[in-house]
Amino acid sequence: MSVDLSLDYFALFGLPCRFRLDEATLDHAWHTLQTEVHPDRHAHLPDGSDRRNAMAGALRVNEAYTALKKPLTRAQYLLELAGMGSDVINANVMAPEYLFEQLQWREAVEEARGTNDIDALEQLALRLQIQKGGVVEQLAVQLDDQRDLDAAADTVRRMMFLDKLRQDIDNVLAAFDG
Amino acid sequence: MALLQIAEPGQSAAPHKHRLAVGIDLGTTNSLVATVRNGIAVCLTDEQGRAIMPSIVHYRDGGGIELGFDAMSTRVSDPRNTIVSVKRFMGRGIKDVTHIEAMPYVFEETPGMVRLRTVQGSKSPVEISAELLRALRKRAEASLGGELTGVVVTVPAYFDDAQRQATRDAARLAGLHVLRLLNEPTAAAVAYGLDNASEGVYAVFDLGGGTFDLSILKLTRGVFEVLATNGDTALGGDDFDHRLYCWALDHARIDPPSAEDARRLLMAARAVKELLTVCEEAPFRLRLDSGEEVDLTVTRADFFEMTRALVQKTLAPVKRALRDAGLSPRDVKGVVMVGGATRMPHIQRAVAEYFGQEPLTNLDPDRVVALGAAMQANALAGNRREDDSWLLLDVIPLSLGLETMGGLSEKVIARNATLPVARAQEFTTFKDGQTAMSFHIVQGERELVADCRSLARFELRGIPPMAAGAARIRVTFQVDADGLLSVSALEASTGVEASIHVKPSYGLTDDEIAGMLRSSLEHASDDLTARALREKQVEAERLLEACAQALAADSELLDEAERTTIDALIARLRQLVTGHDANALSDAIAALSRATEDFATRRMNRSLSKALTGHNIDEL
Ligand SMILES: Nc1ncnc2c1ncn2[C@@H]1O[C@H](COP(=O)(O)OP(=O)(O)OP(=O)(O)O)[C@@H](O)[C@H]1O
Ligand SMILES: [Mg+2]
Repeated sequence: MSVDLSLDYFALFGLPCRFRLDEATLDHAWHTLQTEVHPDRHAHLPDGSDRRNAMAGALRVNEAYTALKKPLTRAQYLLELAGMGSDVINANVMAPEYLFEQLQWREAVEEARGTNDIDALEQLALRLQIQKGGVVEQLAVQLDDQRDLDAAADTVRRMMFLDKLRQDIDNVLAAFDG
Repeated sequence: MALLQIAEPGQSAAPHKHRLAVGIDLGTTNSLVATVRNGIAVCLTDEQGRAIMPSIVHYRDGGGIELGFDAMSTRVSDPRNTIVSVKRFMGRGIKDVTHIEAMPYVFEETPGMVRLRTVQGSKSPVEISAELLRALRKRAEASLGGELTGVVVTVPAYFDDAQRQATRDAARLAGLHVLRLLNEPTAAAVAYGLDNASEGVYAVFDLGGGTFDLSILKLTRGVFEVLATNGDTALGGDDFDHRLYCWALDHARIDPPSAEDARRLLMAARAVKELLTVCEEAPFRLRLDSGEEVDLTVTRADFFEMTRALVQKTLAPVKRALRDAGLSPRDVKGVVMVGGATRMPHIQRAVAEYFGQEPLTNLDPDRVVALGAAMQANALAGNRREDDSWLLLDVIPLSLGLETMGGLSEKVIARNATLPVARAQEFTTFKDGQTAMSFHIVQGERELVADCRSLARFELRGIPPMAAGAARIRVTFQVDADGLLSVSALEASTGVEASIHVKPSYGLTDDEIAGMLRSSLEHASDDLTARALREKQVEAERLLEACAQALAADSELLDEAERTTIDALIARLRQLVTGHDANALSDAIAALSRATEDFATRRMNRSLSKALTGHNIDEL
């Protein structure tokens, strides 16, 4: 092994195990590790275990980076470390006010999509972005300050919905690009 | 070997031989080869001092081929056997090729990749490209005075797996050792970024003869990180020529032209297009075989109007890439223009308008890709200096998916994931006693499998019979730094393993490649065994060199028994390296590699913890 595969993602990058994270520090740690293990660093060496090890390391480092980079996957990973896998999170029952919120978002997106209203879709994407900012802050409080995992799991589910919605909007917008 | 990589601070690695490595830009219209000489990337020229080699291959009646400039004149006199823009056929089926009706070739109705019928028989685009690569290899070997250790071949960033495989196969066929397939815009970014010591977010807009790429990169302290890439592998200068060609057919009221006349008209169209870059109007004048005269005048305004849709077409990938990167045009610090077709004024204007800034046109759009590829080749061959440690982090351009029930594609690896990337997924059987399972891998963003590109189908056999749902089959998809996919599968409860290297639905099988190699005249005369032995010797020398350095630096990481074994294996390898037995040599290399495996791991861990400690201190 070229990197210690038994380390959790945070430890791999030498970062504290918490939700709040400085992106520049993560990026820098990622670059530092990839400078060691990336296949480009080993291309001139004979095929063999060292190259395979470096490859395993490079894969792991990228996997870890991808998981920590985005607030949603980072929160999911923290919950998983705390013993709350995706099956547990998904089994959570959503509070009625969130369900109502979701319904409203969906209707707004469907309407804009039905009338091919690009401006409206872009507006919605912007509003989603703002709402997501608030949800990220909430996650930071629940995960880092209150250590309230159940509440965090609820918020993660809300965020999954918002992300999915954003993706749907982006796909519709992408179809209008060309 | 990781062993060689790790040089202690203040201790320089032992000087080693400079390895001959080149970068090749295998373009739709023009190809180039470049190398790093005394620390500077330069294009290698032919005897007449020309760096560019037109990507044209002429198969002569009665045998033999002409290439590059020498094949230019036969484009009109022998259009069926003079192949231009072959890159557009790489890894493509006949239905994928646009404007096929304006092409003077005889296509064969075969499944998979298109094939062309020539006087010398049926040719695959892979074979035709290999001719171009072989010519560049000869140029490089003559100019550098020795056999090449390895090459970096560039590909459009938006090339899918099938197109990449085809390019790699062509290089293999040309007898080249491919160190890396490198994305063209990334190569350009390296050449530009290293030259200008740039930092920040840049876009590379690469419009060549046949392909369009748009990549967004973030440059930070020597790291070139691709944030997103998008493009169109069937959009380039050729399409602008085609618009002019159609316009001319229309205005001169020409009936469907002969193959010769079609070629003449296309060449005239290209000349007109290029003239309009510098002039307000250009004559479209030529005499056809039929004796008909074409005498038209094209103004810039006409040309801009008839190609407006094509220019618009380049903006869609720009928007998508920016959206994927989560950026707006304002966030981009500079737009690097690459490819001959970016010389067109209306392209430059559209880019300037969209980004709200003048694009960067201060580098040679024809050469910059080859120069960047040469820099990467130099680094990958192990020639780089310690203080010269830049790194490329590139991405996969298109999502990979698996066909699921109902003909839907379930995404396994998302587009723009940083390479290398692997993703494991678990499947189970749905029938009692089921022993086989088949998978269909596709690439693309659409929901329906039918709208994506089929890459390969593979079957996993030998699943132990169990009750439905009891088997747990773990399939791992891995995309390496070349952007190429490999798949492996494992039944978790029994450990039954099957590793499948993906052969694309549009690719060649290993047997086909071997057959082509055999039939290729050049290689019949090459002494293949001698070459294989030489390759093994080079590998052995490198391994010995690596071990010596590692032992000098970190021998305290080994206990006495380990050290004795390693020393014995080194001695054996030393003995065999001067001999003639390639198999014994190969075994000895494998044995020493295995014996140093743990040692390498320990060294790597030590160096990594050092790297990170250093990093933490930096942060304080
Ligand atoms: N002055 C010019 N004005 C307009 N177009 C030009 C000019 N010079 C070159 N071109 C066009 O640029 C294209 C060739 O560009 P380039 O050599 O960069 O492509 P390539 O690398 O061979 O192709 P690709 O990168 O798509 O595989 C041709 O279509 C050519 O007509
Ligand atoms: Mg090009």
